[in-house]
Amino acid sequence: MPLLEVKDLKTYYTTLRGAVKAVDGASFGVEEGAAIGLAGESGCGKTTIALSLLRILPSGGKIVNGNIMYKGKDLVAMDEDEIRQDIRWKEISIVFQGAMNALNPVYKVSEQIVEAITLHEERVSQGEAKERAAKLFELVGMDPSRLDNYPHEFSGGMRQRAMIAMAMACNPSLLIADEPSTALDVIVAAQVLKLMKELKERLHLAMMLITHDLSIIAEICESTAIMYAGEIAERGSVVDVFKRPLHPYTQGLIAAFPDIKAERTRMSSIGGSPPDLLNPPSGCRFHPRCKYAMDVCRSKRPGLVSVDKNHVVACWLIGK
Amino acid sequence: MTETIVKCENLKKWFSVRTGFLHTLISRRQLFVHAVDGVSVDLRKGEIFGLAGESGSGKTTTGRLLLRLIEPTDGKILFKGKDITFMKDRDLRPLRRQMQIVFQDPYESLNPRMLVRTILEEPLLIQKMGGRKLTGLVYKALEDVQLVPPDEFLLRFPHELSGGQRQRVAVARALVLNPEFVVADEPVSMLDVSIRAEILNLMVDLVKKYKLSFLYITHDLALARHICDRLAIMYLGKVVEQGSSDHVIGEPLHPYTQALIAAVPVPDPESKRIEVQVQGEIPSPVNPPSGCRFHTRCPAYIGDICRTREPPLIDIGKGHLVACHLHSK
Repeated sequence: MPLLEVKDLKTYYTTLRGAVKAVDGASFGVEEGAAIGLAGESGCGKTTIALSLLRILPSGGKIVNGNIMYKGKDLVAMDEDEIRQDIRWKEISIVFQGAMNALNPVYKVSEQIVEAITLHEERVSQGEAKERAAKLFELVGMDPSRLDNYPHEFSGGMRQRAMIAMAMACNPSLLIADEPSTALDVIVAAQVLKLMKELKERLHLAMMLITHDLSIIAEICESTAIMYAGEIAERGSVVDVFKRPLHPYTQGLIAAFPDIKAERTRMSSIGGSPPDLLNPPSGCRFHPRCKYAMDVCRSKRPGLVSVDKNHVVACWLIGK
Repeated sequence: MTETIVKCENLKKWFSVRTGFLHTLISRRQLFVHAVDGVSVDLRKGEIFGLAGESGSGKTTTGRLLLRLIEPTDGKILFKGKDITFMKDRDLRPLRRQMQIVFQDPYESLNPRMLVRTILEEPLLIQKMGGRKLTGLVYKALEDVQLVPPDEFLLRFPHELSGGQRQRVAVARALVLNPEFVVADEPVSMLDVSIRAEILNLMVDLVKKYKLSFLYITHDLALARHICDRLAIMYLGKVVEQGSSDHVIGEPLHPYTQALIAAVPVPDPESKRIEVQVQGEIPSPVNPPSGCRFHTRCPAYIGDICRTREPPLIDIGKGHLVACHLHSK
């Protein structure tokens, strides 16, 4: 049984202009100790999936359909107290995008980590929590003597490490990382990615990595789901999806990534821009930008078709 | 050899650090951020010159200095042979027409209250250009950036445009004056991957079409490799390596360049993993390390010479320059 299984998840945001179908029928699973990468452009719904898992959607956001099975329990059916006491931090934790700015500037880093621990594990004393904070700092490759610093005394990379340490504070089984290295410089980003990979292997930690950068997924994850306009366009092992991409969107996305090792070439792009989710295109949502669009693409929505073991794709070109 | 449009020699910009009154009384020492500290580059006609490095390396400051958007502390800037280093604003204004900039974030660089038409007309009005041809020039600028038909975009506000379209307007605004030198500061880093290539290809086409000198400031070496003709790598206010992008990326000589390239992840699950060759982060430019500024993090440190003597930027052939004691015998 997978650690996490998301089935036909639909999360909509109610706005004055109507319902924004941010996630419209997403299904995927994460095995214990494995990592999945959710990739796609901004507005494709990848962050909304993360917020749905932790049930921390902003006001107006609502899970309207689907199940989120975590260790056999459905998170969608749980009430707020159960989620807060049993799931957040202890089972699933998150490192937010731009996490380096997510630390509170007026508290010492140690106070923030201790607060997170004592709030979620009432039996732990302040002293024990502090000891654990020091161990967490060592875990993420930082000097525990820096615990009593304020966030502004840390560099960007150190703040990101501190945020990862904090997310690990209550021994979660699943870590969600939303664009973990986007705001960092190349060298520092590489250091943080290496750290996340080590954590995953050493602690047998499952991860869900949300990013627009396919190369980060190639680096860390075993499987990936490519999202487009609230739907999963293609899902499979990273080797399958990156080496034999079947969905035209996946192909375009991969081609749009410049390879630093390749010869100098003109870059390729996908024409047009992502659709407005208040009023998504009929049929396959990618059809207005797809160079292979056929009549059926405009009228009927393609379902996910299995093409190989663990490799599914939603495209009318495949498996007619 | 093609004509040089912009050239700077030993360009420096030090920003003074504002300290508290008491601190000034006690220490009596003025601190400076050595943002740009002796940079010499030259941009030729029709070429895309890339300036790459981590944040805090001084690449943006260099771009702004070359446009004289900020005052240099020392050094020399020549625009088409004319010394503009300390030229007065009034004398500079006619030259501004020939030098333009495209900013990073099209969500912030376009005035939300102005129509696309007003945005594109404003530079022409300021420069008293166009006259009766004003509308024609605006149409041409929109056609150049492929916002066609122009009539459909003229009367829109920036919020009615997508990110990619906004950046096209920003490019059109820079090109409407028909400049010779354009600085683009991370022009695509705010855009989605699928749109990036489109905007970059557009810029490359326009550079070739109008024979512009184009300074492309970026932290993304993979993009730089594909669009730049020549490339300079900056570290703490200095150029550490410079040359054709094939040389700098294909056969990097400076340990910093090598580390940067090794740290770029590759979108291929079967390829070699990223390597972390360098520990720590870029030191503070307030008090840069002595000698070679990279010596504190350098994996190829060869001894005292790195700590005490600053390596000069030397040509090792074919216009490939490097500032490292490993290569300066």
